[in-house]
Amino acid sequence: MNPTTSVKHTDSQAIWEAAMQKARVREANFTTISGEELQPLYTPDDVADLDFERDLGYPGQFPYTRGVHPTMYRGRLWTMRQFAGFGTAAQTNERFKFLLDHGQTGLSVAFDFPTLMGYDSDHAYSLGEVGQVGVAISSLEDMSTLFDGIPMGEVSTSMTINGPAPIMLGFYIAAAEKQGVDPKTLRGTIQNDILKEYQAQHAWLVAPEPALRMITDMMVYCSEHVPQWNTISISGYHIREAGSTAAQELAFTLANGMEYVRRGVAAGLDVDQFAPRLSFFFDSHLDFFEEISKFRAARRIWARKMRDEFGAKDPRSWMLRFHTQTAGVSLTAQQPENNIVRTAFEALAAVLGGTQSLHTNSMDETLALPTEKSVKIALRTQQIIAEETEVAHVVDPLAGSYFVEAQTNRLEADAAKYFEEIENAGGVVPAIESGFFQSEIHRSAVRYQRAIEKGTKHVVGVNCYTEENAGPLEIELHRIDKGVESEQHARLAALRARRDDAAVKRELDAIHAACRSGANLLERFIAAAHVECTLGEIAQVLRDEFGQFREPKIL
Amino acid sequence: MVQRKIRVLIGKPGLDGHDRGAKTVASVLRDSGMEVIYTGLHQTPEMIAEAAAQEDVDVVGLSILSGAHMQLFPRVREELAARGMGDVLLVGGGIIPADDMAQLESQGFTKLFGPGTNTEEIAKWIREEMERRGDSGGDL
Repeated sequence: MNPTTSVKHTDSQAIWEAAMQKARVREANFTTISGEELQPLYTPDDVADLDFERDLGYPGQFPYTRGVHPTMYRGRLWTMRQFAGFGTAAQTNERFKFLLDHGQTGLSVAFDFPTLMGYDSDHAYSLGEVGQVGVAISSLEDMSTLFDGIPMGEVSTSMTINGPAPIMLGFYIAAAEKQGVDPKTLRGTIQNDILKEYQAQHAWLVAPEPALRMITDMMVYCSEHVPQWNTISISGYHIREAGSTAAQELAFTLANGMEYVRRGVAAGLDVDQFAPRLSFFFDSHLDFFEEISKFRAARRIWARKMRDEFGAKDPRSWMLRFHTQTAGVSLTAQQPENNIVRTAFEALAAVLGGTQSLHTNSMDETLALPTEKSVKIALRTQQIIAEETEVAHVVDPLAGSYFVEAQTNRLEADAAKYFEEIENAGGVVPAIESGFFQSEIHRSAVRYQRAIEKGTKHVVGVNCYTEENAGPLEIELHRIDKGVESEQHARLAALRARRDDAAVKRELDAIHAACRSGANLLERFIAAAHVECTLGEIAQVLRDEFGQFREPKIL
Repeated sequence: MVQRKIRVLIGKPGLDGHDRGAKTVASVLRDSGMEVIYTGLHQTPEMIAEAAAQEDVDVVGLSILSGAHMQLFPRVREELAARGMGDVLLVGGGIIPADDMAQLESQGFTKLFGPGTNTEEIAKWIREEMERRGDSGGDL
């Protein structure tokens, strides 16, 4: 931190510098939450190279630093989309209706671990996990129950699933067809970002190459038959939650995004045929200005890459649209009510960074799944930002701040360095196989934990302002009914007994054949869903055909 | 006489992929001088117990953030006992409600560490517990 590095313009600058040098400062660690050194003051010198037209421009115009829409939140507020799912499809269906009744504007499905890993609820690996962290969906019947009474042609749905994403989208399309809804009208997003699974979140089905082939199958199929569906939500959230810095989250996410674009192009699609349907998903952590700068940098980098490197001509291909979730890792089990305040700051950063949709975490999520009460407070937090703070009236209000623009530039430069490293490692897939991302993330996680334990970073209630017995005493926990697992077993047993076994075998055989011939797999998954093949049965065919992924062990 | 290093297996039972805590604790224990083996993700209780037996560890640490702790922790305990490792020091952590922690501790999980625990304290606790038991691996 040296304020004397810049050229002295005025006497006032010299006076300030002299004052800074004499002044006593708090014994604090003046770095971002990611460990980046911060100056005490930012001035025009720090953004001397900033060119308004080239680097910022107007909202809704290249390079979209200021936002993807000309009007931003004057036109329409962000979508308030709370991620929800637990227990059986019928229980989650009730929670969805509760959220829609309280003003939520889109649905977001959380699946349980067996579903995320491609196992049916009655598989041996599913023991104890059915319906725990999300809803159990093993069949078309479960998917239909999940959306019972919810018009699939009108609501927009986000599904957070990756390894088995192509199978789950098959279930969703088949459920819509059963409701009499034309797939062309379906709106929503499936996460389907397999690259970050190997890097951070770890719910994969098969090895990277066949997984990428299924993703290109989806891009090809949806560009024709489900044109309003976002086929991938390229996600930095899990990378950040696993311990990365803001710069790593930004860089790895965009590197993954560019990899999907390369794959789509290699599969014979025109970039403008699918790039407009790619969307992003970021974390919003507690470092307010670093996060806002990260969102702005992300839009600018993507626009430049898409136009200048990938040759996209459609402006919609240049626009980085994104969902945000507040940082789960920033929540504490100690004094859990404080989490409401943390989440509010993080949500505000996401809004000031121009997010298209937002999930706010609930205060009790370090303890269990959220209760209805805590979810409602989280949703109300967004509504207070939208309705009471008046921050949504002006587009990109922090543009031109010397500090925010300098941070935005710094993050763009940091990302560029990482892109080069990834390229030197042979590209995204080889870098996954060698454990490059995993070890970068792990190192950052350990560094942050050390900083908390040394006391150079502060967490209220954990290493400062602690209280004895400040545990979760006042919070009532949401517990998953123990009957969920046996209920799912019974439903699956009934399904296996009543369905047409010959049709099931025929469709599973057709999937085997398509794996080998290269025929479009999504088409096959939709047909398999209709004859009630289960998730686990379809996933097993893929494991058998494609082999499983062995993670490099990184410590 | 050289004291054998404390040998620890860090295991991730079940399907949950949240390994930040497990890996961070593994690194801290290793840096504090213990021998640490990390199983990797998506392990069954049998696989963890088998690895613990093969590596002849003194301590097994489990990390579960999926809500399946009430099923998986006791299963690992049973599988260890079946391999003659009933007296291994068993610890754990994750997203575990306080009532469940108390119940599991009464079932023979000597210690469970919740979110926000100082990792140095985990290392210290293990070392002290091993000394108290007077069997910190014996002599080489």
